Amino acid sequence: MTWKPSVTIEALHARAALNRTVREFFIETNALEVELPILNSAPVADMNIEPIEVAASDIMPKLYLHTSPEYSMKRLLCAGSGDIYALGKVFRAGEAGGRHNPEFTMLEWYRLGMDHQTLMHEVADLLDELFADSEISLEDAPLFLTYQQAVEEYAGLDPLVASDDHIIKLGIELAGSDLELNRDGWLDMIMSHKVEKALPQNQLVFIYNYPASQAALAKLNNDENGQLIAERFEVYLNGMELANGYHELTDSDEQRQRFEKELVGTDRPIDEKLLIAMEKDEAGLPSCAGVAMGIDRVLMLQLGAKTIAEVMSFSLQQC
Amino acid sequence: MANYSTSEFKSGLKVMLDGDPCAIVENEYVKPGKGQAFSRVKLKNLKNGRTWERTFKSGEKLEGADVMDLEMEYLYSDGEFWHFMMTDGSFEQHPASEEAISENKNWLKEQQVYEVTLFNGAILSITPPNFIDLEVTETDPGLKGDTAQGGSKPAIMQTGAMVRVPLFIEIGELLRIDTRVGEYVSRAK
Repeated sequence: MTWKPSVTIEALHARAALNRTVREFFIETNALEVELPILNSAPVADMNIEPIEVAASDIMPKLYLHTSPEYSMKRLLCAGSGDIYALGKVFRAGEAGGRHNPEFTMLEWYRLGMDHQTLMHEVADLLDELFADSEISLEDAPLFLTYQQAVEEYAGLDPLVASDDHIIKLGIELAGSDLELNRDGWLDMIMSHKVEKALPQNQLVFIYNYPASQAALAKLNNDENGQLIAERFEVYLNGMELANGYHELTDSDEQRQRFEKELVGTDRPIDEKLLIAMEKDEAGLPSCAGVAMGIDRVLMLQLGAKTIAEVMSFSLQQC
Repeated sequence: MANYSTSEFKSGLKVMLDGDPCAIVENEYVKPGKGQAFSRVKLKNLKNGRTWERTFKSGEKLEGADVMDLEMEYLYSDGEFWHFMMTDGSFEQHPASEEAISENKNWLKEQQVYEVTLFNGAILSITPPNFIDLEVTETDPGLKGDTAQGGSKPAIMQTGAMVRVPLFIEIGELLRIDTRVGEYVSRAK
């Protein structure tokens, strides 16, 4: 057993400097810093993300630690907050490894009137500032690839039109056995085992326009070829996923259908407060784009750290 | 045996995969922010020593493998099996097949202690100590006075191993051999 932190003093300074750069960036670009409750009555409606539950007591029902501040922030947007950002801790049960810690720092922000394309450029601007004077020098301009282009280029198949059999065959080859996943599960395998590893180094890579089945809370739309896609993006640097953003779905009925479909047959309650806030005759979510960024991973890349523990004062093993 | 979930996979854990006992070398947790979580695992097949890379769905379980590493003394060979004895005072004996001995056949010296891997109670493999002292049974006559010059010659050791030794070595000398590379180290003291 050791009492010592997992972080170096240098990394403590880097984190403090990063927080200051982030806050200056949003002061200059007129977004309001907000704090959100960590305890929430409804958990995330995504079965791939496992919330940490807090047992009920005399003064409160069973609650959930937030896995991102998304639902609370959207309720603030519905209430007329305007552009907002939040920098704070979020919690995900079972996520532990070299790049994961069950408790980690997330930067999330929303811009009214923007779509995912415009927001991608703002994310690039912020990351450019954060990686100035770091172990990584971003010499090339960011690379923007649609999901379809990225998977075609680095895994050799068209993810929007390829047959299930074709996708499963490549997935099994990468996994070493048949994991009996659905189409999206196998596509996640292809992304994490093949595409991420092949992305160019020392250059921000934005992958956007995801398969409609992986929309989560993003708007659906037709791309220039008339294919239905989700207006969602991810940012990668050196094969590491740094951020995930959406042109946000604002239609409360469609949002309810997606939540119900995801949670059918589970014991997770739906966030009714969010859905009511999104209803047009109540308040309605203004047209906006939002993004969530893993700050610990930005620090890892800034400092050339091999594991997330090296940038956290006390990681899971030492907390 | 107990079952182990991917979150319990740690380096050194012994599990069954495709019917073979394996030792986990590395376990990497892979998860997109939105999407399926995986464990990307490197395993060593304890039967043939080969390393595998396999990916599992996070939360998937593998059966533990009944594998134990024990110290045993080599006794003798009856031509079909190589017999080892526990060093814990029980004098319990275990036979090893030719497959289990494989390329270590030439490093078996009576009364020497080896690390023996048991799988379901039977010997799966043996590991000789890194350094072992063996007697030279056959080599060309030594060249007198030639202790500084380079050059080497083949020598057959008491276990049958062929090792290249310096020219001054004589039959009957006890030599220290590195079993990992099969090379002469020094005269044994």
